[in-house]
Amino acid sequence: MAAVDQDQDILLSVEGMSKTFPTAAGDVHALKDVSFAVPRGSVVGLVGESGSGKTTLGRCLLRLVEPTAGVVRFGDTDLRALGNAELKRMRKRMQIIFQDPFSSLNPRMRVRDIIGEALVTHGIGRNRSERREMVASLLEEVGLEPDHMNRYPHEFSGGQRQRIGIARALSVEPEFIVADESVSALDVSVQAQILNLMQDLKDRRNLTMLFIAHDLSVVEYLCDEIVVLYLGRVVEHGTARQLYSSPAHPYTRALLSAAPVADPDWKRNRQVLRGEIPSPLSPPSGCVFRTRCMFADETCAAQIPAPVSLSPHQTSHCLKAGSI
Amino acid sequence: MAQIEHVSMEAGLASALMQRRTVVVGLIILAVFAFAAVFAPWITSFDPSALSVRDRLTPPNATWWLGTDEFGRDVFTRLVYAGRVSLLVGAGVAFLSSIIGIVLGLLGGFFRRLDGIVSRVIDAMMAFPDILLAISLVAALGGSVANVIIALSIVYAPRIARIVRASTLVIRELTYVEAARALGVSTWRIMLNHLLRNMVSPIIVQATFVFAYAMLAEAGLSFLGVGVDPETPTWGTMINAGRQYIGDAGWMIMSPGLSITACVLALQIVGDGLRDALDPRISKEL
Repeated sequence: MAAVDQDQDILLSVEGMSKTFPTAAGDVHALKDVSFAVPRGSVVGLVGESGSGKTTLGRCLLRLVEPTAGVVRFGDTDLRALGNAELKRMRKRMQIIFQDPFSSLNPRMRVRDIIGEALVTHGIGRNRSERREMVASLLEEVGLEPDHMNRYPHEFSGGQRQRIGIARALSVEPEFIVADESVSALDVSVQAQILNLMQDLKDRRNLTMLFIAHDLSVVEYLCDEIVVLYLGRVVEHGTARQLYSSPAHPYTRALLSAAPVADPDWKRNRQVLRGEIPSPLSPPSGCVFRTRCMFADETCAAQIPAPVSLSPHQTSHCLKAGSI
Repeated sequence: MAQIEHVSMEAGLASALMQRRTVVVGLIILAVFAFAAVFAPWITSFDPSALSVRDRLTPPNATWWLGTDEFGRDVFTRLVYAGRVSLLVGAGVAFLSSIIGIVLGLLGGFFRRLDGIVSRVIDAMMAFPDILLAISLVAALGGSVANVIIALSIVYAPRIARIVRASTLVIRELTYVEAARALGVSTWRIMLNHLLRNMVSPIIVQATFVFAYAMLAEAGLSFLGVGVDPETPTWGTMINAGRQYIGDAGWMIMSPGLSITACVLALQIVGDGLRDALDPRISKEL
């Protein structure tokens, strides 16, 4: 955990989290021994290909999916030790914004009920009209009109629906928000608007965020730190600046070289990843990335790489870290 | 995305139904029977059980529009009053079996631990022939309108339960249910607000069909003599009585038989219409 200063105020920390899904074909290790921390007030990006376990990790943090092993600490609370009533209280403090703006809104509920449901659940607001005013101000805060509250979700565009989803997450005034690929289903122009909105809200409400994405260009804009996930394992963790300027893990390098750059004269040294992410049913021995790594040799198949601190701001889980 | 498209169903449903001529005919037939059942005492001045032995087995004429039966009772009057019982049983069964089916289906679909038991009970009940199960239930409960409704609701509840369970399995995996869980919304509220609200259309469609089946089954039970009290006029008991006079007084069996046919047919047409109107994939093509 060298990437995180010890004296920082940590809001959320994960230690040794694993999630195994039993299937007919055997156990799928969606997450294996994942550890990182999210300092209060920061935005941590979680990146990786499809199937790397990003979404499962986000769900496990909020206990929407129960992790198989590991500790999740939110402030001073061990989230996995909470009973139902305590968990319900804790849910006010941490929220999630989903990827798909269509399936994440109940088509049969009006916007005011979608946003107001949590207010009723947690007894926020004294009466109906007060809750209505809260919904109205939430809608304004995310850039919609207060009278949109009487409409149904199908009357909105994808970007507007995502704003409704954001307002819903904000309704309980959380401290921590998991944004699960919250812009990747949107048009590029709308993506920028939603990212700006999230940046604004983060500053105004002093939010702490885990920003899940599969491409690094979106993450660079918003994040202070970045955790790179491959096949359910952390492969590199560092500050955004450090990771972008000198990525240490071959996988991070490949991801960075795949990100588009808006400069026609820019000559990139592209590292194209060959093949697919291996099946989590039977992950490769040793370093799980070795099957697609251009630097891999016999030692990579034999040894599981331990985290190597390259600087106080960067940790790489690569056996050859520093030498490649 | 199928559910998103038919979201405006409440507004568009009426006009979508009215565009289909057969559905309109079905609705008119049902409206006529419902009107007759509700206003029975104003429609006919006869008493459904007033005997007039002198006039027994009179063919239809200006006084007795549909003739008289073997005790000289007015067939038209009995037909109208019988419609009350038939429609009450149909509506009662459609309602009660929907309630039972919704509870069973939600429990089975939402709680995996209960699913095994609920599904096996549903399978076991559907393995019995409908009418046989109804006969044994009415025999156990005793013959009255209320007991017939209860018995038939038990018989038809699995049809609703199956649909509710299947819809629950699909909807509970959708993101908005996960969002509700993340917000700490109670399971009870999730079931009501998120699950049930999104499966109203298939339940309404199936309940319409159950309405029709229940009317047929009630007539069958009454015809077999295991339904309501034989003195209560129902279309089934009327057919049973008319059976013995079929050669001499065909009108006795004709009118209740046609009433059942018309009602069930109308319900089926309306049910089909509802299904088409509520299914965006079919309604778009028309």
